[in-house]
Amino acid sequence: MSTPPPSTEGRAARIRRFTALVRKESYQIVRDPSSILIAFVLPLILLFLFGYGVSLDTTQTRIGLVIEQETPLTRDLAAGFQASRYFTVAVGRDRRTFEEDLVLGRIRGIVVIPAGFVSDYSAGRHPALQVLVDGSDPNTANFVQNYAQATVANWERQRLNDGGGHPPAISAEQRFWFNPELTSRNFLVPGSIAIVMTLVGTLLTSLVVAREWERGTMEAMMATPVSAAELLAGKLLPYFLLGLTSMTLCVLLAVFLFGVPFRGSVAALYALSATFLMPALGQGLLISAATKNQFLASQLALISAFLPAFLLSGFLFEINSMPTVIQWITFIVPARYLIPSLQTVFLAGDIWPMFTRAIAVMFLIGCVFFALAARSTRKRIG
Amino acid sequence: MSDAVPFVRIVDVVKRFGNAPPALDHVAGEILGGRITGLVGPDGAGKTTLIRLMTGLMAPDEGKVEVLGFDTVTNAADIQAAIGYMPQRFGLYEDLSVQENLNLYADLRGLPVAERAATFDELLEFTDLKRFTERLAGKLSGGMKQKLGLACALLRKPRLLLLDEPGVGVDPISRRDLWKMVENLTAEGIGVVWSTAYLDEAEACDSVLLLNEGKLLFAGSPSELTGRVADRVFKVAGVSKGRRQTLARYLDDDNVVDGVIQGEAIRLVMKPDTVPPTLDDRSPAPVAATTAPRFEDAFIDMLGGGPGGRSKLAETQTPFSTTDAKPVIEAHGLTKRFGDFTAADAITFDIPRGQIFGLLGPNGAGKSTTFKMLCGLLKPTAGEGRVAGFDLRRDAAEARNRLGYMAQKFSLYGDLSVAQNLSFFAGVYGLSGARKRERIELMVDIFGFARLLDMSAKDLPLGLKQRLALACAVLHEPEALFLDEPTSGVDPITRREFWTHINGLVEKGVTVLVTTHFMDEAEYCDRISLIYRGRSIALGSPDELKAQVATAEHPDPTMEDAFIALVQGSEEKEAA
Amino acid sequence: MWWTRLKALIVKELLAVLRDPKGRTVLIVPPILQLLVFSYAATLEVTNVDVLVLNRDNGQWSQELVERIGGSPTFRSVRFTDRPDEVQEAIDTQKFIAAIEIGPSFSRDIEAGQPAEVQMILDGRRSNASQIVSGYLTRIVATLAADTPAGKRMASNAVSVVARNWFNPNLTYQWFMVPNLVASIALLIGLIVTALSIARERELGTFDQLMVSPLRTHEILIGKLVPPMMIGLFHITIYILAAVFIFAVPLRGSLFLLYGSAIFYLASVVGLGLFISALSMTQQQAILGAFLFMVPAMLLSGFATPIENMPAWLQPITYVNPLRYFLVIVKGVFLKDIPAVEVVRQTIPLLLIAIVTLSAASWLFRRRLE
Repeated sequence: MSTPPPSTEGRAARIRRFTALVRKESYQIVRDPSSILIAFVLPLILLFLFGYGVSLDTTQTRIGLVIEQETPLTRDLAAGFQASRYFTVAVGRDRRTFEEDLVLGRIRGIVVIPAGFVSDYSAGRHPALQVLVDGSDPNTANFVQNYAQATVANWERQRLNDGGGHPPAISAEQRFWFNPELTSRNFLVPGSIAIVMTLVGTLLTSLVVAREWERGTMEAMMATPVSAAELLAGKLLPYFLLGLTSMTLCVLLAVFLFGVPFRGSVAALYALSATFLMPALGQGLLISAATKNQFLASQLALISAFLPAFLLSGFLFEINSMPTVIQWITFIVPARYLIPSLQTVFLAGDIWPMFTRAIAVMFLIGCVFFALAARSTRKRIG
Repeated sequence: MSDAVPFVRIVDVVKRFGNAPPALDHVAGEILGGRITGLVGPDGAGKTTLIRLMTGLMAPDEGKVEVLGFDTVTNAADIQAAIGYMPQRFGLYEDLSVQENLNLYADLRGLPVAERAATFDELLEFTDLKRFTERLAGKLSGGMKQKLGLACALLRKPRLLLLDEPGVGVDPISRRDLWKMVENLTAEGIGVVWSTAYLDEAEACDSVLLLNEGKLLFAGSPSELTGRVADRVFKVAGVSKGRRQTLARYLDDDNVVDGVIQGEAIRLVMKPDTVPPTLDDRSPAPVAATTAPRFEDAFIDMLGGGPGGRSKLAETQTPFSTTDAKPVIEAHGLTKRFGDFTAADAITFDIPRGQIFGLLGPNGAGKSTTFKMLCGLLKPTAGEGRVAGFDLRRDAAEARNRLGYMAQKFSLYGDLSVAQNLSFFAGVYGLSGARKRERIELMVDIFGFARLLDMSAKDLPLGLKQRLALACAVLHEPEALFLDEPTSGVDPITRREFWTHINGLVEKGVTVLVTTHFMDEAEYCDRISLIYRGRSIALGSPDELKAQVATAEHPDPTMEDAFIALVQGSEEKEAA
Repeated sequence: MWWTRLKALIVKELLAVLRDPKGRTVLIVPPILQLLVFSYAATLEVTNVDVLVLNRDNGQWSQELVERIGGSPTFRSVRFTDRPDEVQEAIDTQKFIAAIEIGPSFSRDIEAGQPAEVQMILDGRRSNASQIVSGYLTRIVATLAADTPAGKRMASNAVSVVARNWFNPNLTYQWFMVPNLVASIALLIGLIVTALSIARERELGTFDQLMVSPLRTHEILIGKLVPPMMIGLFHITIYILAAVFIFAVPLRGSLFLLYGSAIFYLASVVGLGLFISALSMTQQQAILGAFLFMVPAMLLSGFATPIENMPAWLQPITYVNPLRYFLVIVKGVFLKDIPAVEVVRQTIPLLLIAIVTLSAASWLFRRRLE
């Protein structure tokens, strides 16, 4: 009986082992409902939520408009508010009729055109409008104030064009590049694609590797001539491709369903996403190698990958506004680099100086994660 | 190839995990080619650790392991290229079909494409899995999984085959099939390591390494080990009435090393140069005769003998009157269908007060379904079950108040301490105040938990876990005890202690229903129902079942023989 | 008798969560993380803004404008450039969120009483932040305009907007965030603890042990229900204390109302958790199930963005979300002292959700016995 010495084994054997592992993993992905759930169902849910559910566009904010004195002038001003696309206006004569609504959150603010407004206006005695805002939601409160201001300015300009009043001393012209309509969906949807890739790359990968440990198949694999590198690579390639597949699905939905413009190149999109999957997969591997337990792996993946990608990446919240210590933490969150780049690929186009920097940093973080994961997945157990 | 060169050399190996006592404590031994070497010992003895050391997946803390001439630390890859390894749960991918699993392992082990068709064909034939190549591994029965695991480990004829507890969760028929397959392999010169907690399996090995708590107790051939108790093992007949009390009396004798019930007889191991005491106050007087020693007899002798025959637990038990003739557990036409699959078909039996009744059968045959219906875990599709006279459907809570339940997995709350577990089970069975305190104190006293009260249950050694499970099941003095493979994997001393308690309780009128694969446990039963394909194919005392299959050339079959013959007989009848 | 059994079960449930390292982690880590990250990092406020200025004017007014911007607390630094392509590059690569271009005749126009112009370029990729920045810049420009000679002349005629913020005069973001967190922590903890409780017993095999005990199904349900509610109330209390004593959020309404409604809220959350638990076979599935419910529940609750901003067809979905109602109550009690009637009005849907989910869970639970 002779066993060929393993040192002389050819490349053919290595390639065959590798393709066998990839094939096995692909079967498992297709047959395991939780893979499908995380790779396809969850992305769809997230995309829908960010495409429809979460909107930072404060259109149609409900306010109460109190006209204490009915005159052509005040009616004209009120018409300005009613015509605004930012407000849905209920008109009343007494501010007290709206106060309860404000307390109960049925309206977000009360605009009061006071009784003395007309006389002040015509006499040039600093006419003033009062805006009472529900401060319990500061973001909305800010928008109500800003929009009220803008509506009044608009109205004044209108009157100027109609031949009365004076031009403003300084007019500020605002130009919002890349997203002139300020549609929040246009930046939320690309951002959520990064979160989807985090889920596939880190959560799903850590789960499936931990499952192999739990079910004892990892042990059986390790007792075969497969090398640790082949094992890991055979695991990663399918999930890398799966990550790109769910990304592609999301991009198609973003463009064709949500109408988000896509101004960059497909090459940039894939270059960025592919690089991002490195740290994401590396983190998944590291988590599973450290825990070897699906439950702990899922908890760790949610806390160390999903939440940071969501909260500490500039996706929803401005990194510059965070305390310094937290800003430091954001530097090691891979999504922090991907999200602005994705938003750029969609809305601005290819801005390579930005992309190359993001790619370089994500690559670096990926290398660190892989080095750590490789260290803890040697062919040893216990 | 000279037989003198061992396939595996284990040199003074120590392996520790954390601060616990060493999992392997200065173990040394050799494993030869062409024979089956048993790695024998109860759960936690260090069997799995030793196998993992041989695969090169773990490195020893001290000493060294050489496999096929390679050192496991420096040349793990060379070893892994030449061995076949089946880990405890067979290492199969449950989402992959039988064929896909085979393909995967063929690729990983570098089986040349040209040889595949023939090899697969041979292995599928060998394992009788040909009909199931398209089935997902997760959907196979335990026995089939085990065979597939073996096939995967054999894809490229290994020189050394390592099998980690291939018999766990597998019924005796599948176990015997597997054994035959492995025996054929040794004929080709392959070395086989078979780890097991079943001592009857050990007996069939060519040589054994006997481990207990990380220490090597014995290395050599099983007959060498059983030789130490030669002429000291007796079978006592004529005790069919009151065999439990008789056993207790024997066990209290200082010269008795060990004693177990074997159907209607009692098996005793005596100290050297002694004979069983004559219990002449009994009529007819028991008759003792020497019998062939078995592996377990020797093992117990080595450990210094089994426990005494007294059960403090039983002594404090208030007796249930055994005079009323009504059965305590009744099954009348119990039937359970899942879709169009009938898991249990009109199962009927009664268990009178103070008896042990066993449910036996291969995996998936319906014995757990029947068991679950009788303790109220499953609602029967038809028929009725009663415990202590209460219908399980109408008065489920009343019935449950009167039963105690102990499952094979020691289903205690691992994160709760010993005291908290006792307190919880006392509470859910409605004990409170002084009575609760009293019963818990009693359990603590009987089972010696006093110093362990604050320990988490999951950190207890297996034997203590098993005692705690029993304590929790009997806290409320149930009339009926439901035991689901209560002692599998437990060391034989703890197992004897357990049965001493159960026997004592039964004498006080407690009624016991037990399911098991474990032939030793079956021997303790007064009556057994053998369940196969959802139906009860045999009902009677262990000796009656054995007698049914006795033949001229095989006059004294074991319980396992009876089991296998009855199941096969039923299969033939069905086929005819 | 039933009380002895129930008490034993409740004590066991609490111990099981507290003694299990996983359970302890779930109780301790997420609350701290949530408090730290959300109250400090997750802010829609915009501060520390850098602005790029392309100033082609060398008069005093452009100087004044730049100084005012630099002096505003929102802005961290003002950088200058003289090349328009650098403006483009700076915005493109997101080095700056906003750039200001001042034309060569800016000061001259102001002195001459002509309308002067500035141009603001903002990064629309971050539309929310750039809108807020543009609001700040516009206000600075407006105050500068009022100080010009022409502006002073016109001032008496210009309509000013005097804003007053009720409930939160300085629009302190934490006053908004921390009460929200009180509600969401209870969701997080209540859901996970409950979802895990049955799944854990199933996995460990203790579930059968419970089922063969004399505990009746409803007792098991109650025993599974009460401990997570107690834990939830504990976390709510900790968060309320943190809100009042660490973040100085005013507590204007009645604590009694808050706790009263919290019980119904927790019942509905725990009901959902039990439902998830009854559906899942493993702890793994329970966690994923809880996660799958939690993310939409957080996003569609009015926490992140107001419900009225959502499309009309989506808004009805929020009706089944308990967080939606309790957020109104918590914020209302803390900041607005909303009347009891309103609290009751928001509690009724919570009660309905609790009834539906609890009955569904117990139905599922019994069905599993078949």
